[in-house]
Amino acid sequence: MKPLDILRFALRAVTAYPLRTALMLLAMAIGVAAVVMLTALGDGARQYVVNEFNALGSNLLIVLPGRSETRGVNPGSFFTETPRDLSNADAEAVRRVPGVVRAAPLAVGTSEVSFGGKLRETMVLGTSADYLPLRRFQMAQGSFLPASAGQDNAAVVVLGSKLRSELFGSAPAVGRMLRVGDRRYRVQGVLAPTGNAMGLAIDEMAFIPTEQAFALFNTSTLFRIFIETRDRASIEATRTRVVSLLKARHDGEEDFNTITQDAVLGTFDKILGAITLGVAGIAAISLGVAGILVMNVMLVSVTQRTAEIGLLKALGASSQHIRSAFISEAVLLSLGGGVVGLVLGQLGAWALRIAYPELPAWPPNWAVLAGLGTALLTGILFGWLPARRAAQLDPVDALGRR
Amino acid sequence: MPLIELTHIERRFTLGDSVVHALRGVSLNIEAGEYVAVIGPSGSGKSTLLNLLGLLDRADAGSYRLAGRDTTGLSPDEAATLRSRQIGFVFQSFHLVPRLTAAENIALPMVLAGIDANERKRRVAKALEGFGLSDRADHRPNQLSGGQRQRVAIARATVMQPSVLLCDEPTGNLDRATGQEVTHLLEDLNAGGVTLIVVTHDPVMAERARRQIRMEDGAVLSDSRSAAGTSA
Repeated sequence: MKPLDILRFALRAVTAYPLRTALMLLAMAIGVAAVVMLTALGDGARQYVVNEFNALGSNLLIVLPGRSETRGVNPGSFFTETPRDLSNADAEAVRRVPGVVRAAPLAVGTSEVSFGGKLRETMVLGTSADYLPLRRFQMAQGSFLPASAGQDNAAVVVLGSKLRSELFGSAPAVGRMLRVGDRRYRVQGVLAPTGNAMGLAIDEMAFIPTEQAFALFNTSTLFRIFIETRDRASIEATRTRVVSLLKARHDGEEDFNTITQDAVLGTFDKILGAITLGVAGIAAISLGVAGILVMNVMLVSVTQRTAEIGLLKALGASSQHIRSAFISEAVLLSLGGGVVGLVLGQLGAWALRIAYPELPAWPPNWAVLAGLGTALLTGILFGWLPARRAAQLDPVDALGRR
Repeated sequence: MPLIELTHIERRFTLGDSVVHALRGVSLNIEAGEYVAVIGPSGSGKSTLLNLLGLLDRADAGSYRLAGRDTTGLSPDEAATLRSRQIGFVFQSFHLVPRLTAAENIALPMVLAGIDANERKRRVAKALEGFGLSDRADHRPNQLSGGQRQRVAIARATVMQPSVLLCDEPTGNLDRATGQEVTHLLEDLNAGGVTLIVVTHDPVMAERARRQIRMEDGAVLSDSRSAAGTSA
């Protein structure tokens, strides 16, 4: 019996019972669609987080003040000094470390920003010129903050696009004076709209020079130093150099932490990847259920077609022929269901993308292949037992039954 | 050399705790081209004999040579291959595959034997023509009359050009007129050289055969050749 003939024979059997076949396809389709859609959701969430991190700029090294100890009170707590401030001078020194392309200090606070009787409570960032290219932001009008941190202490402010339109409407903003807290600033520039990055509404923020922020918020320590290294490979070497420089500047104490964007991203990636896999696993259970259904349907089919199997044997069919025909039938059912499920799943993922445009809910390729592969495997696996039963039927008994 | 050579065939079945002797010590020779009717009451072993001749069943003891070849040691798959080339079956209840058309039913043995599609098409067309079924080629069995169904079944049984045609009550489900028509058809095939072995209850049909084997309790009671022969 030729493979094509086996396939055709199985196809005729599948199409001969439309209701049975439709139900079978539906069961398998639901399983595959669930896998495709849920992985699209999980992977979409992962992509979303990764994109958010990438919006931060690549090759990023972040310095934050404070020890890495998170154990609470221990004997060491009583002897060691409180952490030294992470100062603007530290940031300036870091800029000159080999391998560092850009370094931007960051001081954060919230303050009232007011102009012409309009007042907004908003987040104010104290930083320097490097921050703009480091975060891949674009200017809409004017220029960003002065280049060298600490030295140029001009009373200037750069506005996020939304903040600008809230305060100035359609009137030009650059060159106007406004108030941040109790100080007066000249608007030096406006950022192009950027949307959200890491859940922070950049468009609603105001940016001022670091020393201005220290004075405004009455503090002397930086919240972060953002460092961009030459490339991904040089992050670790640069980190070592930055750490030893800062240690030297802090009397030999490592009272600060460094984290790489890679590490944070890697963690999120791992967690969300695991969630996606878990969800896919749960969805795969429905594939298993569909597989058992295939087996049940095939067993019933073998029973119903006992006389036919007997006839085929009388006409010279070998056990191999019978087995192949029944397995092919099971595989056709599962694979057909898989394809229908794939279409349904892609439609579902498409609907998700329409409903949540910020979520890139594309099913990953591996999930599509795994969904189809599992369907195929289920067909073979669960079709095998009924096929074997059919092949082993005694021809005389089988012919005798109607 | 006889086409079929049975020596001391024994076949026993276990039903519950009793052993039924379906065939006891059956020895038979059938020459190529013979027309044999196997008759006898229900349970006399006729069907078991037919299944055995068709290699669907194996003997517990004794030997069966088909066309000079010993079949006792054949595996089920080897038996299937031999069956596909040598033996055609015609059943009382036709045993057509309900979802396949008449043409597809006839092509089935060739599909199983792996004959290519063009050759199949040619032989099916010839068979349909020969059995007067050309206008029924695309009909399914439930759209055919009993006589047409049995003709499809006979076309299927002969499409591989077997040397033996085994018929189990071929007219049992047919009315008298169609039954006669089918009988003539089988006899024509026999006239063409096919060995015809018919299990039947019908004394009229049995009379027409050139040789009658009467069975009872699993043994051959009488084996007679009638001089009457077949009708023209």
